[in-house]
Amino acid sequence: MSLQLSPNFREPGKRYFRDFSAGDDFYEALLDMHQDLSDEQSALVNAKLILLLANHVGDISVLREAMNLAREAV
Amino acid sequence: MGTYIYPTYAYRAPDDLRGAVVQRRPLVIVGAGPVGLAAAIDARLQGLEVLLFDEDDSVSSGSRAVCYAKRTLEILDRLGVGDTVVDQGVCWNVGRTFSREEEVYQFNLVPEAGYKRPGMINLQQYYLEEALVARALALGADLRWKYKVTGVLAQDTFARLTVETPDGPFELEADWLIVADGARSPIRQALGLEVEGRVFKDRFLIADVVMKADFPAERWFWFDPAFHPGQSVLLHKQRDNVWRIDFQLGWDADPLEEKKPERVLPRLQAMLGDERPFELEWISIYTFQCRRMKEFRHGRLLFVGDAAHQVSPFGARGANSGIQDADDLIWKLKLVLSGLAPERLLDTYNQDRTYAADENLLNSTRSTDFITPKSPMSKTFRDATLALAKHHAFARKLVNSGRLSVPSYLTQSSLNTPDLDDFEDDQVPGAPLCDAPVVGKGEAAWLLDYFGHGFQLLVFTDEAELPVALNAPLLAMAGWPVPVQLVQVCAAPVPAASEHAQAVLFDAQGLVAQRYDATTGTCYLIRPDQHVVARWRHFDEGLVQAALARATAQSLKENV
Repeated sequence: MSLQLSPNFREPGKRYFRDFSAGDDFYEALLDMHQDLSDEQSALVNAKLILLLANHVGDISVLREAMNLAREAV
Repeated sequence: MGTYIYPTYAYRAPDDLRGAVVQRRPLVIVGAGPVGLAAAIDARLQGLEVLLFDEDDSVSSGSRAVCYAKRTLEILDRLGVGDTVVDQGVCWNVGRTFSREEEVYQFNLVPEAGYKRPGMINLQQYYLEEALVARALALGADLRWKYKVTGVLAQDTFARLTVETPDGPFELEADWLIVADGARSPIRQALGLEVEGRVFKDRFLIADVVMKADFPAERWFWFDPAFHPGQSVLLHKQRDNVWRIDFQLGWDADPLEEKKPERVLPRLQAMLGDERPFELEWISIYTFQCRRMKEFRHGRLLFVGDAAHQVSPFGARGANSGIQDADDLIWKLKLVLSGLAPERLLDTYNQDRTYAADENLLNSTRSTDFITPKSPMSKTFRDATLALAKHHAFARKLVNSGRLSVPSYLTQSSLNTPDLDDFEDDQVPGAPLCDAPVVGKGEAAWLLDYFGHGFQLLVFTDEAELPVALNAPLLAMAGWPVPVQLVQVCAAPVPAASEHAQAVLFDAQGLVAQRYDATTGTCYLIRPDQHVVARWRHFDEGLVQAALARATAQSLKENV
């Protein structure tokens, strides 16, 4: 498996009629997660989220690929 | 200065409307904006007597709503002004989004061919209103200018209006009142009806600029450009060499100062980056809210457009959704006024259009949260998305510079009959009808031009001749109390000699069958506003009757 870079958001049981809806659903949930947090709290929440998702992905070669892309041009 | 000469519509004294006894009219509309005028035209097309009051005597001052979406153009086609508006407007489909100076994302509103109308046209609101006024007058709508409604007394079976005119006040009763008096809706406020939602703390500057420029007819959106750092900018082409430029200013900007030409001109010069001559045609500073009334129907009062709901301007969901309100409302009102449907059919106007309003509010709020991040973390995610978007498709899909107005799939509407048969396409009950090219009477034509005003059954057949067993029951539907007209789409060419009372269209490119996942015998029952309400793989008179009863609220329980 290599890193998925095409649009890939979806939610079981939900039917989308517009191609932007699933991604926008995710993005809203992401911002909602940070609602009313301080910058420090937000950073901690982000770190926890990365750890949870990394374990879910599991394949460390995929994670390395993502880490390299994330670090690019920063 | 200015590229447009504002018409003045003649005032007429209310002599015929006042007298010893207060008169009663079946339908009064308040507000001659795009939504009130669309309602007036549709009501005339349904044969309703229409009296429309507006406090002014001209069209919209300034370009205001500029973008009219494909679905709106399809409704305007049904209202008989589609060509007039499209011919005057600037058609576009492509939007480009830049982060600083680099293009990060591009969308095409209509990525495939085979639709009559483009994704969007840009046209100053005054041109649209002028076309709508002309059409309403030609259809016999009674438009009264300089008539200001100053009071509304809502009763169970009518509304009593107090109207101020240059010749003094008078009173009038309306069986039904359509309230289209705009975002600040004096009628809504006078009745103390609440509007709930969010206020956004940001200010925007609109500059309409007259200049010669060779930018393409596309929507260009910049995040954080060098010529306006830290904020966003939007560029749209209008007719008459007028360009709409929209600068985000931030909440701390002083609206009075920012409107001064000496403040606006340097912003424009920085953006244009050269010495080209230009003139300022219109400047406006705006803030916005995302909110709606809890209910759009209050007894005999029906709220439409900005009076009922307001959204952020990103996505052009204001005027477009308002015109869709009128589209949804008028056929229902006609059936109720004719005694062919119970009054509760109008509760489904509230149901369908609050659902659509919520979708518009959701999308425009999300765009706003992306464009104007509310916290440092939101901004970090926004900037990260823009950075990834340069290289990765998934991130491009997340870039939200405004999700442009598209019609709602009214999948929750109680007027729909759920599918019993299997279909693979998106034309589900509640879907807005999808256009496709057809051949009608030997000429190239468009499917949507055959729909509207009444219920219709779209039937797919192999040949122009209807199967013998179906011929009588299909044609008998036109004689039902709520008539259903047949629109037949054939896989084979239609012989010139074949004479039919109904429309018989040839699906020359096969796109109708494809877009409706049709097989021989497939039927779609279509609402008068071009939405699917039911569909089957085969015609069954009883099922169509039941679906029609449901679609006219005959079979609904008392409380929708």
